[in-house]
Amino acid sequence: MDGNPTPLAQPLLSCRGVSVDYVVGNLNARACNRVTLDIHPGETVGLAGESGCGKSTFAFAITRMHNAPALISEGEILFEGRDVLKMSDRELRAFRWKETAMVFQSAMNALNPVITIGEQLIDVILAHQDISRDAAWARGEELLETVGIAKSRMTSFAHQLSGGMRQRVVIAIALVLRPKLIVMDEPTTALDVVVEREIMDELQDLKERYGFAILFISHDLGLMGEICDRIGIMYAGNLVELGEARQVLEQPRHPYTKGLVGSFPTIHGPKTRLHGIPGNPVNLLQLPQGCNFQSRCTACISRCQTDEPRLVTVAETPPHLAACHLVSAATEADTKVVEEATS
Amino acid sequence: MSDIAEITVEDMVIDFPVGGGLFRKRYLRAANGVSLSLRAGEALAIVGESGSGKSTCARAIARITPPTGGTIRVDGVEITAPGFRQSQRDYASKVQMIFQDPFGSLNPVHTIRHHLARPIRIHAPELSAAEVEARVISTLERVGLSPAAQTAGKFPYELSGGQRQRVAIARALAVGARFILADEPISMLDVSIRLGILNLMDDMKREGIGFMYITHDIATARYFAERTAVMYLGHMVEWGESDSVTQSPRHPYTQLLISAVPEAGIRKTRERKAKKAEIPMRTPESRGCPFAGRCLKVMDQCHADMPPITQLEENHYVRCHLY
Repeated sequence: MDGNPTPLAQPLLSCRGVSVDYVVGNLNARACNRVTLDIHPGETVGLAGESGCGKSTFAFAITRMHNAPALISEGEILFEGRDVLKMSDRELRAFRWKETAMVFQSAMNALNPVITIGEQLIDVILAHQDISRDAAWARGEELLETVGIAKSRMTSFAHQLSGGMRQRVVIAIALVLRPKLIVMDEPTTALDVVVEREIMDELQDLKERYGFAILFISHDLGLMGEICDRIGIMYAGNLVELGEARQVLEQPRHPYTKGLVGSFPTIHGPKTRLHGIPGNPVNLLQLPQGCNFQSRCTACISRCQTDEPRLVTVAETPPHLAACHLVSAATEADTKVVEEATS
Repeated sequence: MSDIAEITVEDMVIDFPVGGGLFRKRYLRAANGVSLSLRAGEALAIVGESGSGKSTCARAIARITPPTGGTIRVDGVEITAPGFRQSQRDYASKVQMIFQDPFGSLNPVHTIRHHLARPIRIHAPELSAAEVEARVISTLERVGLSPAAQTAGKFPYELSGGQRQRVAIARALAVGARFILADEPISMLDVSIRLGILNLMDDMKREGIGFMYITHDIATARYFAERTAVMYLGHMVEWGESDSVTQSPRHPYTQLLISAVPEAGIRKTRERKAKKAEIPMRTPESRGCPFAGRCLKVMDQCHADMPPITQLEENHYVRCHLY
């Protein structure tokens, strides 16, 4: 699918004002604060931000994979119109993997070290489909070959494979039931750049072949700019900017996005001193009143210390949103507050 | 020992035993024929993937791992010569390492003050308690951890990853380090604070401190280091001025590495730049170019002999039979 899905198409996944809290004793850390995000069929959406910004928490919450003390405290998650938060355990079991699959950061830990790759592949098939063991095994072999691993590796153990091969196996397992959405949480962070490149190329091929949508979580904006149709930026639990990949990276509107984009030295182009973002990530247990980014923001105004900025439309077509008082002030005339518009 | 101006490594070889029998030991060659020099006030970046031997070389220069062959000279004095008896402590005060994981390199039960004061007391036992404290505070300020008096009383868990890495740098500076061997110092930090650490190290360079910057991120190598050396399987395959190496890479492996760097907005062509092959283990018996198994431009010669060093420009060298 091209990078600009029509707004009329029904989203595959629709998250409306999803909040996730971590509750420990009488402390409450809000890791995800009213995040509203749609993913359309076949679309690749990136979610970027630093550690602790809530991007992984959000990914877990989509399929209700979060564990206590995490708690979805408000919001709505619809997958093809079905309410994920109201699914029974049985429905949820069928929904996970068949409709959405996850690929985690550390493929080293995602595979069971004491059973073979093949056993793990067919385990998923047998749990969801009523086919014979032999047929499942054949399907497993076929899948391994689609991700570029010889089928003889079905009988290998995880420790006999390199890091890149393990991540390929994890992708194969995710693809086994042809899900419509794959959530990838930093899938290549632990890998060398050359291996990362190979896997990303293969992923693009697979996507063209099977047409799944991807929610891609990473902190590497360069990589995201290459593969994502749209990019969302999170800071301290809030979605602070969302738009087409090119817009977000080339014309960032939120000061945090600007800082993040300016944090990556480039391999080509002029060599200038970059500054990153001053200060340190904010503590979720001691969030300030107003904007969460105020302590690190170089453009902070008095309103930032009192009011929480809301996502507003910066550009209509293609849609580009940002949550910053500077942006709302600049576009006051044609601003509409997105949360009100959608609720 | 007075201040060091240059550390020169020549033809360094490092073997690690990897099992084998009682009479027939087997070895892995982690570094082979590595020659480089570190200069005061300059940074040399060592770029390569995991297992390329870049950390091993740094550990040898820090005298943590003894090299199997070759020489390391400090301002012309060979420190690897048999019978050389320069105290490890004296050397360590001038050449310090900082590590990748700032969560693992600080002791969780001690304050930041303890982490800095203890090495100062070991390396400068003549200082009084007040002088030690003064040096702790001034060093913390030097790395941007102010208010220093407050930071000194904190425990590692109270600091963020970037602040901890600053403590690690402060600990090296506190004992008077002139050379810092930084082993992936920013790869575990949040993206927004990586630049802060790189810029801090850049400022240290202006104060005359020399760096060996080990990384797998060739873009930051270009940003921070004057010179860059690319390693593959224990061999330096291309080296020279960072701009020269990154803007006109000549070795097929360097070209592969640079083409793999993600760049926003550019969808890379998906032509294959290297053969898919398992990365072999180098042993002392291995012959030929280490990259021959994956190289698209491989020739018969590549499997037989290690390529000689070719000078391409005034400050740009490559080891490849193509040149």
